[in-house]
Amino acid sequence: MKILVCITHVPDTTSRIAFTDGDTKFDTNGVQYIIGPYEDYAIARAIELKESHGAAVTVVNVGGAETEPTIRKALAIGADDAIRINADPEDSFFVATQIANVAKDGDYDLILMGRESIDFNGGVVHGMVGELLGIPSVSPVMKLDIDGNVSKIAREIEGGKEFIELKMPFVAGCQEPIAEWKIPNMRGIMTARSKPLNVVDPVDSEHPDKLVKFELPPPKGTIKMIDPGQMDELVSLLKNEAKVL
Amino acid sequence: MSVIVFVEHDEGRIKKSSREAVCYASAIDAGDVIALVCGNAEPKEMELLGQNGADRVLHATESRLDHGDIQAYASVISQAMDNENADIVILAKSSVSDAVAARTAIKSNASFATNVTELPNTSDGFMVKRSIFTGNAFAWVKLLKAKKIIGISKNAVAYKEEGGSAEVSDFSPVLNESDFNSTVTGRDKATGVVLLPEAEIIVSGGRGLKGPENWGMIEDLAEALGAATGCSKPVSDLEWRPHREHVGQTGVKVSPNLYIAVGISGAIQHLAGVNSSKVIVVINKDPEAPFFNAADYGVVGDAFEVVPKLTDAVKAMRD
Ligand SMILES: Cc1cc2nc3c(=O)[nH]c(=O)nc-3n(C[C@H](O)[C@H](O)[C@H](O)COP(=O)(O)OP(=O)(O)OC[C@H]3O[C@@H](n4cnc5c(N)ncnc54)[C@H](O)[C@@H]3O)c2cc1C
Ligand SMILES: Nc1ncnc2c1ncn2[C@@H]1O[C@H](COP(=O)(O)O)[C@@H](O)[C@H]1O
Repeated sequence: MKILVCITHVPDTTSRIAFTDGDTKFDTNGVQYIIGPYEDYAIARAIELKESHGAAVTVVNVGGAETEPTIRKALAIGADDAIRINADPEDSFFVATQIANVAKDGDYDLILMGRESIDFNGGVVHGMVGELLGIPSVSPVMKLDIDGNVSKIAREIEGGKEFIELKMPFVAGCQEPIAEWKIPNMRGIMTARSKPLNVVDPVDSEHPDKLVKFELPPPKGTIKMIDPGQMDELVSLLKNEAKVL
Repeated sequence: MSVIVFVEHDEGRIKKSSREAVCYASAIDAGDVIALVCGNAEPKEMELLGQNGADRVLHATESRLDHGDIQAYASVISQAMDNENADIVILAKSSVSDAVAARTAIKSNASFATNVTELPNTSDGFMVKRSIFTGNAFAWVKLLKAKKIIGISKNAVAYKEEGGSAEVSDFSPVLNESDFNSTVTGRDKATGVVLLPEAEIIVSGGRGLKGPENWGMIEDLAEALGAATGCSKPVSDLEWRPHREHVGQTGVKVSPNLYIAVGISGAIQHLAGVNSSKVIVVINKDPEAPFFNAADYGVVGDAFEVVPKLTDAVKAMRD
């Protein structure tokens, strides 16, 4: 079995979000980068499938050279090799086009992604890649088991889950509790250094949208503290001042 | 020119979020608003979409569409766009719609933006504001293609219910076997509770509640308020509460009118899922808990004393 895992290189979840250049660029000052948490689930499940069913696991990222430490981390967790498509991931369509192009000749049985990237939060690249390749896409996936060439999936729906059976190949956007996040061990980190990381050029693609500028939410107003003995006062404030009851 | 709204229903009943999407389509004022409904929806419910601003309803009745097959829905929308000469499609964010919209964008060669929080700005091209970094920022994005697909978040537009009923007509798109790839073998769904994504009020509990046996008071407060219940990630990891209640960066992102956090410290990953709530109330025994920095109203106190008092006060107000 061949599995392709698509990972992002995104600011750590505790990063301060700020912008520069007249609110047109993300301020990378002091920001630590990580594999997106949802893709951590995807990698973890891919490694488990490798252990239980035997699989070759390739990770792919669309990004500049700065993403290589993040890609190496995925190799340290247990992926076998990696592809970096050397381009700025400007918009979802562009990213999906690049991934689909790499995937179309790769004969992958499964393409695992995160449910969404935590910077752009689109939740759309899996659907686009599925459509570009003409194969199904399913997200958000909470459970993914394989039985022959059929996969048994639990997909989150509002207020619960839905159980689905699907033939491979397909694209899945993963989330918890599909697998437990894996942390690289020392041996993994050592072997990751010598695993192949192939850099490929992007294919031509349109850009159906264009970022104009970023904006931060308005600062929060001041908090009103209420004495724990005065819950009727809180209720009256919520009703008459905040008007939410 | 017309605008198509992909309308979802839950066991026949049109979702509130889809009604909101119809309001959005009507507010952008770019032609006739056509609501597209797939599968087994109640006729009366479909007619009532007129109150939200739908001029017409297209009902794709084919029974294979009763189960949410993403590829099939994308085909239906694409064909409706062609038939109706529609350049714009609106969808409300859901576990189905993002994927459907993504596939439709490819099929119909359209620009696509998700998590749009406001009406578009059309003073110079067609620009939408979308939420990024899990609610911690926004991006203004220009949609460059002639066709545009917009996925909206909750509260992206003022909700209205006025006017009459819409005429419903059957729609029979051409669907192929290849549009139906998955078999739904079952569902496990909470019934009779208010669901988080649509809730106007949420009462959420954290590890400060010590154990699942103490959730009775959270449920009592939620019931008094007609609220949904939520929790922090460790609480669902520990299986004190079901996963569907997990709120935050890696859980459900919510935007209720009122979010009440009890015994939750306010880690940045939790805040990321709640920062688009209108009003936040924090109850925590530690005055230094970071959640107070994100709150509108704060109570420093022991949840085990404060929550029952709050429930009583709510009941007294309701009477
Ligand atoms: C990549 C990543 C993603 C994450 N995603 C999420 C996410 O989506 N959602 C999420 O919630 N977390 C998430 N987390 C975890 C997050 O960092 C915190 O660990 C978590 O939110 C803490 O949960 P808590 O506030 O319930 O528990 P704690 O941090 O243990 O806080 C308990 C709080 O209860 C208070 N308390 C204790 N006793 C009482 C009492 N009797 N009365 C009143 N107050 C009391 C304490 O003062 C404390 O503030 C994520 C972490 C990472 C690394
Ligand atoms: N630049 C990228 N490189 C590789 N995979 C990506 C990239 N951007 C997004 N993805 C994948 O697509 C998923 C959904 O991303 P998004 O549609 O941006 O929310 C992510 O969880 C990743 O698995």
